[in-house]
Amino acid sequence: MSTGPPEGSEERVASTGGKPLDRGLVLTLQIGVFLLLMATWEALSAATILDPFYFSRPSEIFAKMAQWIYTGFILRHLAVTLLEALLAFIIGTLLGVGAGLALARVEILARVFDPYIRIFNALPRVILGPIFILWFGLGIASKVALAVTLVFFIVFFNTFQGIREVDPVVRNNARMLQASEHQLLRYVYLPSAMAWIFSSLHTSIGFALVGAVVGEYLGAAEGVGYIVAQAQGVFDTTGVFAGLILTSALVLVIDMGINRLERYLLRWRPGA
Amino acid sequence: MTAAPAVAFKGVSIRFRAPKGGVHTVLRDISLEIADGTFLAIVGPSGCGKSTLLNVAAGLLEPPDGRTLIFGEPLRGINRHAAYLFQQDALLPWRTVLDNVMLGLVFRNVARAEAEPLALRFIERVGLRGFEDRFPHQLSGGMRKRVALAQSWIVGPRILLMDEPFGALDVQTRQIMENELLDLWQESRQTVLFITHDLEEAIALADRVVVISAGPAARIKGDYEVTLARPRDVAEIRLNPDFMQLYKRIWSDLRDEVRHSYEAGNR
Repeated sequence: MSTGPPEGSEERVASTGGKPLDRGLVLTLQIGVFLLLMATWEALSAATILDPFYFSRPSEIFAKMAQWIYTGFILRHLAVTLLEALLAFIIGTLLGVGAGLALARVEILARVFDPYIRIFNALPRVILGPIFILWFGLGIASKVALAVTLVFFIVFFNTFQGIREVDPVVRNNARMLQASEHQLLRYVYLPSAMAWIFSSLHTSIGFALVGAVVGEYLGAAEGVGYIVAQAQGVFDTTGVFAGLILTSALVLVIDMGINRLERYLLRWRPGA
Repeated sequence: MTAAPAVAFKGVSIRFRAPKGGVHTVLRDISLEIADGTFLAIVGPSGCGKSTLLNVAAGLLEPPDGRTLIFGEPLRGINRHAAYLFQQDALLPWRTVLDNVMLGLVFRNVARAEAEPLALRFIERVGLRGFEDRFPHQLSGGMRKRVALAQSWIVGPRILLMDEPFGALDVQTRQIMENELLDLWQESRQTVLFITHDLEEAIALADRVVVISAGPAARIKGDYEVTLARPRDVAEIRLNPDFMQLYKRIWSDLRDEVRHSYEAGNR
């Protein structure tokens, strides 16, 4: 019945450009680069060309990470950081979408708040860390607050832009089909903004984690940022590196998850 | 007593503020009555304000001067009797073919269980069976136009506004679409306002052709009855002697306007 192209067909397809790259080859080379880098680092440290006190050694760093994970010591801290980032992401997104919607749809609000948003966005948000610690204490609330200020603006600007950039023809078509204001919002404005919000998801999740870790670094009793700060305090370079790599790994895993989600939710887009 | 015309423009003028200051008059004092059930084509050189006139009939644009009556009632806000087929892609890119076709029904709060079978019938009617779950970007330009046609037709509009709907299609697809449009129209006989810059298309489709002069301050230059028999085939009717005669008559009107707008563009 379907007249579409058969799925999973075995036919050769035309390609522009040269031979497609073998994925296995690329992966092998990527691992090779990593191993080469680590081996060089290890060798330079062993030969004390790089001072092991300041640069540590990959073998020690990975041993430390393995020990942290094995004893379960790090898991609690990772969980705290993740929770902070997640809360900040959710709260920041809700506030950002709400404010973006309001300002994009009500001209007077956009005009009035424009200078304030510029000022607040120009402020280096890390400066707010100390005041949030004074207000909300050393617990997770102050970290969430700091990360929210980072996430909010990314989501806000993308929502605002997404709604402003709705194709006037698409909007007029929906109006001619007698969409109410509410239906316009649900069927036209929000999905359009969603595309923008999702393409900024990588940035906003990244910033949620940055906010959480920096908040912990400034003053906390748990979390990955706290571990790094503690290690730094006792000149434990290995600990600093271990914390750093674990945080990167965490972001990487989350990012891959977002990629999948994005591919599904934005499947209506050409080339998705 | 005669029935009120489906659309009546009474002394409609449209002015925009020009970017460099001053006022730019697009249409001046347009008066036109379109009887219910008429297929009217409006031709004119590009940039003469044809689309602007259609937007007035749609209620998307409110003229500062003049009035628009729809079935005798003054038009306020969106024209609820009308459907609009745009020149550009107007489908929701994030909705499937089925959802797009159903849109007008969903907006009118028709239950999904009721709307879906009807939408499937319209999708089949425009020859897109099997494509219900595709997204617009997965379709060709001609197929997207069919979806748009089904989308505007499904709500049962009494007036159809079409703004060069087939302008972006290749000649073959275009003739197929024109014939399909005539087939659909033959069944329901709504009032159609069809904008085009292609005089052949206008005569082949319409009962009446109105020529608009070159802008700025465009006015109605000519008004012609097309008495060619229906049902028509748009490819064959072009060879009909009456068609050619009519074409010559209208073209002599249009030619001057096209030259005008061409010269204005080169100045």
